[in-house]
Amino acid sequence: MNQAPIVLSAERVSCRFGHFTALKDVTVRLRAGELTSIIGPNGAGKSTLFNVLTGALAPSEGRVLLEGKDLTGHRQHEFARHGIAKSFQITNIFRQLSAHENVRVAVQATWSRFDMWRPRSRMTELIEQADRLLELVGLAACRGKPADSLAHGQQRSLEIAMALAGDPSILLLDEPTAGMSPEETRAMMDLIVQLAEGRTLVLVEHKMKMVMGISRRVIVLHHGELLAEGSPAEIRADAEVRRAYLGQGVQ
Amino acid sequence: MSRILDLLVRHRVAAAVCALFLLQYAVPYPALAVNVLIWGLFASGYNLLYGFTGQLSFGHAAFFGAGAYGCGIAMTRFGLPWAPAIAAGMALAALIAAGVGFFATRSRGIYFAMITLALAQCVYFVFYQAQSWTGGENGLRGVASGRLGLFGLTLDITNPTVKFYFVFAFVALALWFFSRILASPFGAVLEAVRENESRARACGYSVAATKWVSLVLSSLFCGLAGALDAIHLSVVPTEVLHYQTSGQVLMMALLGGAGTFFGPFVGAALFLLLEDIASAYVSHWQLVAGAVFMCCVLFFPAGILGSLVRWLRR
Repeated sequence: MNQAPIVLSAERVSCRFGHFTALKDVTVRLRAGELTSIIGPNGAGKSTLFNVLTGALAPSEGRVLLEGKDLTGHRQHEFARHGIAKSFQITNIFRQLSAHENVRVAVQATWSRFDMWRPRSRMTELIEQADRLLELVGLAACRGKPADSLAHGQQRSLEIAMALAGDPSILLLDEPTAGMSPEETRAMMDLIVQLAEGRTLVLVEHKMKMVMGISRRVIVLHHGELLAEGSPAEIRADAEVRRAYLGQGVQ
Repeated sequence: MSRILDLLVRHRVAAAVCALFLLQYAVPYPALAVNVLIWGLFASGYNLLYGFTGQLSFGHAAFFGAGAYGCGIAMTRFGLPWAPAIAAGMALAALIAAGVGFFATRSRGIYFAMITLALAQCVYFVFYQAQSWTGGENGLRGVASGRLGLFGLTLDITNPTVKFYFVFAFVALALWFFSRILASPFGAVLEAVRENESRARACGYSVAATKWVSLVLSSLFCGLAGALDAIHLSVVPTEVLHYQTSGQVLMMALLGGAGTFFGPFVGAALFLLLEDIASAYVSHWQLVAGAVFMCCVLFFPAGILGSLVRWLRR
């Protein structure tokens, strides 16, 4: 059934922090154009796996492959330049800069990093692309506002606009709806479904219900180990997943 | 009011050059105006790293001093004309900054500050020990002859007005370069690194490389200021490399407004005027400077110009 090629994978990855093992021999393979969700109870190692896949953390063992190319030990900004974009679990934006400047800086990273001569106010293509991304996430009206003054849900959307700046082929989102109101959550889920068109998208989520309806594949982590992997229907039927999520209502 | 402010911001180089031109009529004697120009340029260079990139350095005396010694040594020991000598001073400053940056940009915050301080002290002692080149504790004497050739013309910089315009020309040019850097894509990267390093990294920017380039650019401005200081004083005292010089430039940038285009010049003018006036009445004028500095930090945390702009924008 899964015929799409593997684009990003973590091969037999382990992560240890002192005596604590956050990830134990985990292998996940992400296929092109699929929406994959990584779920699990608190402390299951989701964020650690997320950090390994985005290069923020080098695994103690194992490898990270992008289209078969070994990226293990490469630095985070190199992951970003290879087309792997991410959003953060805790809102991470340039707070003092305007919403538009936040996105513009993110877009610029793919164009020019050390040009110190030409005026950036004349780089209209950059400015327009930032405007298009703001429009896409529904923030066009907040263009000139300092990022700090935006509502929480808007800041999360801003982050996604920034993550999209380099037109990444792989987008990883870490709990994008954390702390959002029900309306904001619905809008965000719609946006995620829209973004998943023609893109490999990985969603790390604590709330299982949320991802079941939209994911093609679900990976369940528990105590740092891979517990189950499969379609949403298979995961719902899995006895072990039910046990791990006991009391959290698998539906 | 805010429209005038917008106009000033848009034409910041022209506005700054006009203000500095008028400076010579606002200070008690011309040498003080030259000092304000030189220290303002030094503080501007410092501001690029501190105010715009967000990296606190305690070692900028090394770049100012390297500019001064580089220029002075080129003129006295190699007999170079003033123009290549200034270039040599800037090159030496940039070279030292490249080395300091190699170590310092691997760290952040207070560690960055401590590494720059430690390496600047190393530079101080190297120059202090190299007596045959630098004159050791006596300083490097006999730098500029007082007459500088320029395309067949002779500039007599013993004339205070000529000296002012000589330094003024360099400062105006440097401000133009400075403004271009701030308005460029790279200028946006500097602010991004200042605002949020981890976000900048996730965008695909190399934070360490950005800091390194910022430090080297900063040192070019500081080195130019040092070279001009050597020509201005016609001697390079060892104090240019002393850590007090690093502290003084930080104070000027903070007083005027770190992260503002013209703030460092305001800070330098205030600091040097204060020194000039207070030292006539009290022997420990630094006490007065300290009190003013504390008031500034308490009541104008964004510096004089920074606070003024914020107040006008309300």
